[in-house]
Amino acid sequence: MAKSSSVITARNALYNNYVETVTPKTSIPKALFHSFVFGGVTCMIGQGIGDIVKLIAPSMSNDMVGNISSMILVTIAILLTGIGVFDVIARQGGAGSFLPITGFANAMASASMEFKTEGLIFGTSVKLFSVVGPVVVNGIVWSTVAGLLNLWITGM
Amino acid sequence: MNVLQNIGTYAIVFAVGGALCAIAELLIVRTKLTPARILVIFLIVGIILEGIGVYDYIFKVCQAGISVPIVGFGAALAKGSIEMAHQVGFVGAFAGGLVRTAYGVGVAIVMSYLVTLIFTAKAK
Repeated sequence: MAKSSSVITARNALYNNYVETVTPKTSIPKALFHSFVFGGVTCMIGQGIGDIVKLIAPSMSNDMVGNISSMILVTIAILLTGIGVFDVIARQGGAGSFLPITGFANAMASASMEFKTEGLIFGTSVKLFSVVGPVVVNGIVWSTVAGLLNLWITGM
Repeated sequence: MNVLQNIGTYAIVFAVGGALCAIAELLIVRTKLTPARILVIFLIVGIILEGIGVYDYIFKVCQAGISVPIVGFGAALAKGSIEMAHQVGFVGAFAGGLVRTAYGVGVAIVMSYLVTLIFTAKAK
């Protein structure tokens, strides 16, 4: 009995070593650099859209400019997801492609497209929030807590 | 002068946005955190920054560098919730975050649905 278990552990160690050699090594500095560049460029595009909106409609309030530019950015990201370009970017960009709001939009669009085969109601509509659900739920819960706390503290 | 100022702003936006994404990438590589957990962590950081009132000062300097990453989404949620709580009482705290972020989330849902109707996912 003891002998067979030691054989199993030896085999597991051997297998783990094998997995270690087969897994592609990603160089950390390169991944960091890619994330930095992709994230930075995405933010600069967002800033550029905001500036253009401000040029077109100078009377618009700053909040509205922010809303409009995030709407445009989200729309661009979802259209790129639709034609399959965003996947190519995301494979290179790492965190640089999912941390900005474009990654949020991409996660929604790709989940909904992936489950189109299961129908528009039980596929697309059910799975639309399968990836971004945690963000939306936590966002609403903790922002509500922040609002209540703020009211309570400033009210005292 | 204006052009120089603009170049400076864009440089800050690039540096801050890039740095945030690099931190997220480092968390993925160094720890076993999944992307979803990292998104939630950054979101909550945004909510805390807005909650303690620091976000506006950061935003004035960093502009889109802080508002385009998910930190800005968290801050917008918290800002809406806090503002509405002061306007209509404590029930406003439940609605405010959604009201403020409804533009982005609404367009994301509608566009995702439309894109799904038009395009089909490529086999991977």
